[in-house]
This record gives sequence, C-alpha cells and structure tokens, in this order.
Amino acid sequence: MAYILIIITAIFVNNIVLSQFLGICPFLGVSKKIETASGMGMAVAFVLTIATIVTYGIQKLVLEAFGLEYLQTIAFILVIAALVQMVEIVLKKVSPALYQALGVFLPLITTNCCILGVAILVANGTYATQGLEPSLLTGVVFAFSTALGFALALIIFAGVREQLEMMNIPKGVRGMSIALITAGLLAMAFMGFSGVDNGLSRVFGL
Amino acid sequence: MHRAVQALSIKTERRPTMNNLKVLMNGIIKENPTFVLLLGMCPTLGTTSSALNGMSMGLATMAVLVFSNLIISLIKNFIPDMVRIPCFIVVIASLVTILQMCLQAYVPDVYASLGLFIPLIVVNCIILGRAEAFAAKNGPVSSIFDGLGMGLGFTMALTLLGATREFLGTGCIFSLRVFPEEYGALAFVLAPGAFIALGYLIAIVNRLRGV
Repeated sequence: MAYILIIITAIFVNNIVLSQFLGICPFLGVSKKIETASGMGMAVAFVLTIATIVTYGIQKLVLEAFGLEYLQTIAFILVIAALVQMVEIVLKKVSPALYQALGVFLPLITTNCCILGVAILVANGTYATQGLEPSLLTGVVFAFSTALGFALALIIFAGVREQLEMMNIPKGVRGMSIALITAGLLAMAFMGFSGVDNGLSRVFGL
Repeated sequence: MHRAVQALSIKTERRPTMNNLKVLMNGIIKENPTFVLLLGMCPTLGTTSSALNGMSMGLATMAVLVFSNLIISLIKNFIPDMVRIPCFIVVIASLVTILQMCLQAYVPDVYASLGLFIPLIVVNCIILGRAEAFAAKNGPVSSIFDGLGMGLGFTMALTLLGATREFLGTGCIFSLRVFPEEYGALAFVLAPGAFIALGYLIAIVNRLRGV
C-alpha cells in the first residue's frame, strides 16, 4: 500500500513540474504539440529510471564507501551525461523503432534538471517514502512515478497550448507570457490534490 | 533595417575589445537572462517565494557565473574543441560544489531554504550558455564583466519576482510589512503564483521594450 501512496503522491500531490519546479525548460520548450510532448515524456521516464538506478549505485558503492560524498554533484552530472550518450548508442543498435520515437529528445535530457534533481533526492533519501526505509526499490518507484507525473503535466499542457493557438490573445501577453499564466492555472488545478496523500495514508492505515 | 541592426550588434559582440561597461549593461537590460532570454526558469520559479530567497539564489548563481566565465576564458586555448562541453561542465560543477560547502558553512539558513536548487545550479542553462557564447571567445576581463552583468540581471529579476510574490501573498517586502497579512492572496507564495506572477512580469517587460 505504501508503494501505491508513493506513486500517487509523486504523480499528483507533489507533481515535479507544477509544484516542485523541476524540468521547467522542457515543460515550456517542447509543449507545443501533444505528439512531441508524449515523446519527451517517454524519453524522460526511460532515462530517469535508469539514471536513478546508476546514480544510486554510485552513491552507495563508490561515494559513501570511500567517504567522497562531497563529490556528489560532479560525479552525478558526468554520469548522467555519459549515460544519456550510452542510452542513445544502445537504443540505436538494439531498437531502431524506439530510437526513432525518442532519438530527438535524448540529447536535450542531459540539461533537464529533473534528472539530476531526482537522482540527488533518491541518493540522499530525502523524498516522501511514506514510512518505508529509503532503498533502491522505493527510489526506483519514486523516480518512475515522478517521470509519469512529468509526462502527465507535459501532455495536459500541450493539449491546452494547442487550443491556445486558435485564440485571439492580447499582443503584450503573446508567446511565453500566456504560456506561463496557463501553467499557473494548471498548477492551481493540481493544488486541488494537496492533502490527498494524508487522507489516503489514513485510509490505508499507515 | 532591423536585420542590419541585428547583424551589427552581433558583430560588436564578437569584437574582443568591446567596451566593458556595455558588456555589463547588455546582461542587465538588453539580454536579461530571465525576462528576455527566458533561461534558467527552474530556480527562477522555485526559489522566489520571498524577495530574500530570490536574491540569495541570484547572488549564488552570479558567484558561479563570474568564476566559471573567468576560468573558462583562461583555459579556453588548452581545451580541444571536441571535448569542450564536458570540460565546461566539470569546471561549473566544481565551482558549484565549492559554493555549496561555503554556503553550508557560513550561511546555513540560506543553504536550508534554497535546498535542492543549489546543486542544480550546475544544470542552469545561463551558466553553460554564457561559457559557450561569451567566455569561450573573449578575454578574461570582459568575461568577468559579462558574468557580472548576466548575474546582476538574473539577481534583479529574481529579487523583483520574489518581492512581487511576497508582497501579493503576505503583504511584506523583505519581511517589512506593508499591509496586514489577512489581505494577502496566499496562492502567490505557493506554486501557481510563481507561474502567474512571472507571466505578467514578462508581459510588462515586453510592453516596456515595445515588442
């Protein structure tokens, strides 16, 4: 039950984009069409899960084992950059179809701060574990559901922006301005979920 | 006509002996990283729940930006072109780690309130962007001025956004009370207010620039 609660909390209550403000750049940059938005969402889910596993291993087996925790930022960003390159190469060989779908988005992901952010949160164990001990399993569940939350926010926002294209918008707020205001209204909608995690944890008896 | 002006401005930017004051003002006004270039949106939205938080994030980013511009402009001739981006990232990540330690040691309150966004300065596109666009082509002195200008522009934008949110949300600016707290709209301190306030500030800046 605690795992279900982690998933619901990460997707809806603490949505990575709309309440944690991570990954805003792709959220604003690739949200003009639903197709590209869902491609980006899938690519992030794929890379985020792998990156979390790898960085967790590095944190526990290398950094903490040798007392090098202060190198966390440097180690993680290099590992993520290398990992994205490697995923791109492997995907190209193993599954050309998947590469066709995700390929364009992969290079963009290195500078996506939600990857580094989630990797640091999981490695330090400072995320909502709902009473479970922070471990690799809870970390991966958290990372994957966070990515689902990112994809959900991105796809909803792309849908709204497609409609926005047809509207007559005042000249001053055209472009990024109206996009940010729309995102604000979307964040307000997601605020409706706040408190759901406490209620559910009472229902589940945690 | 407009195209010609644009071409001219690019040409003056590339000239190494460009007026340092001009470089400084370019970052603050003409190419303001937040309002004009729309870079580094995550810390802009995530850390501006109060004017003080916004200002500390801006100053932290400025410190990294100035030193990364300086170091990269000094070592630019030793780095092979193929591996320059990874090298820049290592320089930036080292500086962020040093900054993280300094903040933790001397201002633990600021470190606690900015939290995750301090290590995330590494992936702030302003810093890598300036390293690639300016420091890799110019000398150390003008690179420092470029870092200062961009950093000040970023700090001013974050302070302005933080002050707006704090004022509308709680009735304070830098914790000085202007009107009673009961009249504030709490949504401006929470997530939605960040997006909406920034959206309207960009609209106002667009209007002032006459876009």
